[in-house]
Amino acid sequence: MSLTVGVLAIQGDVHENITSTKTALKELGIEGIVVGVKTAEDVSKLDGLIIPGGESTTIGQLSLVNSSLKIIKEKIEHGMPVLGICAGMIMLSKTANDRVVGKTDQPLLDLLDIKLERNSFGRQKESFEADISMSSINIPKFNGVFIRAPSVSDVGSGVEVLAKFNEKIIAVKKGNVIGVAFHPELTKDVSLHKYFINLIKKSKN
Amino acid sequence: MLPLSGERTDAKGIIKDKSESGNILRGTSTLKRGFAHMLKNGVIMDVTTVEQAQIAEDAGAVSVMVLDKLPSDVRKAGGVARTASIRIIEDIMDSVTIPVMAKCRIGHVYEAKVLEETNVDMIDESEVLTPADENHHVWKWDFTTPFVNGARSLSEALRRIEEGAAMIRTKGEPGTGNVAEAVTHIKKVNDELRSIKAVYDSGDNQVLIRMAREFKVSYDLVEETAKLGRLPVVNFAAGGIATPADAAYLMSLGCDGIFVGSGIFNADDAKERARAIVLATTFWNESEKVKEAQKMIDERQSMLGLDVKTLELRMQERGSSA
Repeated sequence: MSLTVGVLAIQGDVHENITSTKTALKELGIEGIVVGVKTAEDVSKLDGLIIPGGESTTIGQLSLVNSSLKIIKEKIEHGMPVLGICAGMIMLSKTANDRVVGKTDQPLLDLLDIKLERNSFGRQKESFEADISMSSINIPKFNGVFIRAPSVSDVGSGVEVLAKFNEKIIAVKKGNVIGVAFHPELTKDVSLHKYFINLIKKSKN
Repeated sequence: MLPLSGERTDAKGIIKDKSESGNILRGTSTLKRGFAHMLKNGVIMDVTTVEQAQIAEDAGAVSVMVLDKLPSDVRKAGGVARTASIRIIEDIMDSVTIPVMAKCRIGHVYEAKVLEETNVDMIDESEVLTPADENHHVWKWDFTTPFVNGARSLSEALRRIEEGAAMIRTKGEPGTGNVAEAVTHIKKVNDELRSIKAVYDSGDNQVLIRMAREFKVSYDLVEETAKLGRLPVVNFAAGGIATPADAAYLMSLGCDGIFVGSGIFNADDAKERARAIVLATTFWNESEKVKEAQKMIDERQSMLGLDVKTLELRMQERGSSA
């Protein structure tokens, strides 16, 4: 059994996620291919999807243009595992507010019942690296790279909080949907990508 | 994982801080270069007002660059071009959610400090403004805020990276609406990267060190770049981009994204054109979509282009030899 993992290749750090996923597959000894996906047709073939970091307003608007947003939503609702990173987590959320600008009128997937605060830790000068912990998924220590990162200000029922930093929620999970505020693809450690691949493998069985 | 070639881990711009949940680091190369990676496959638009910034954000720009005047107007006005009004930069930061950049003059350490204090997301040490010091660029490792610099060749790009640039844009000729120089320079950098990679693969270290001496940068940076076969930071194209087809063409040459200066807001159809250039950048390898984008604009409303040969002021040459 071979897995097909896609990285949404509209805008952002697609390449780094492809590399991390390939490394993770290799370390796990699981067969699979990793592809950048843009169109609805590409998305329809996937077993799992990563929505990478980038600008959520750009990714949202442009996925709307080529109608990939609709099929992504359907596939995830039917159980396809998805990992949303930074902008990707914003895309998964129900509502997004900017810390300074306020309510944003941007296309979202509305799959995770969470309230999002964009640019929650401040602007680029406040971007930071710090050790974080996701014990409930057996990743006790991870180098969190936070770049103009969002945080989750409120979670609905059934949404599990995977990690907090300075009292702010930075990683969440509900069933097949994971959202993280930091960038695992910018570090050497591929343990979160490995966890995600195992989730895809389980959902395919 | 990011390439961290040439990284200085003891840089003054790196801030170690304590927080409730543990130690934190700011201003590291991972954070600065990582920020630029988030902009990839996107369009950064020059703006001079809040209204233009909002049009850019609505069009799907990944960031805006705040200037006092658009490059073509800088060219017309003559005189000394300086960093934009802080009040306008702050107003724009308060009205859009995408990152906000601003330009400082080449070598002008204090314009850069003012911009860092203003909290812009990235500083562009730019040849569009009048250089404050032709011989010395800003030592960018002293800053927590990341910098982008222009370059016309591999050696110039590596010199800027060695000074701490977290992103490069290959220079065109700003404010001309003429894409020729941008095309020339991205091709030149690509050719140089291909040949340096070939030297690396051949294992001839003597040639690599000779190149490092010619380029006036460290051997390590040359070797790591040669090994990668690309710049160790994100590389955008800039200068003279005026239409969706211009943007798609530059993307096809291997740029990571596009800066558009005067091309949008000096055209008479700015709103449509901004959207069209974003579409063409995203879907550059689908000819049908590029055509759709090109159809959204009207050539009669494009900015009037300038022949680069007739120019008295060649902004691209500023700071190049240093």
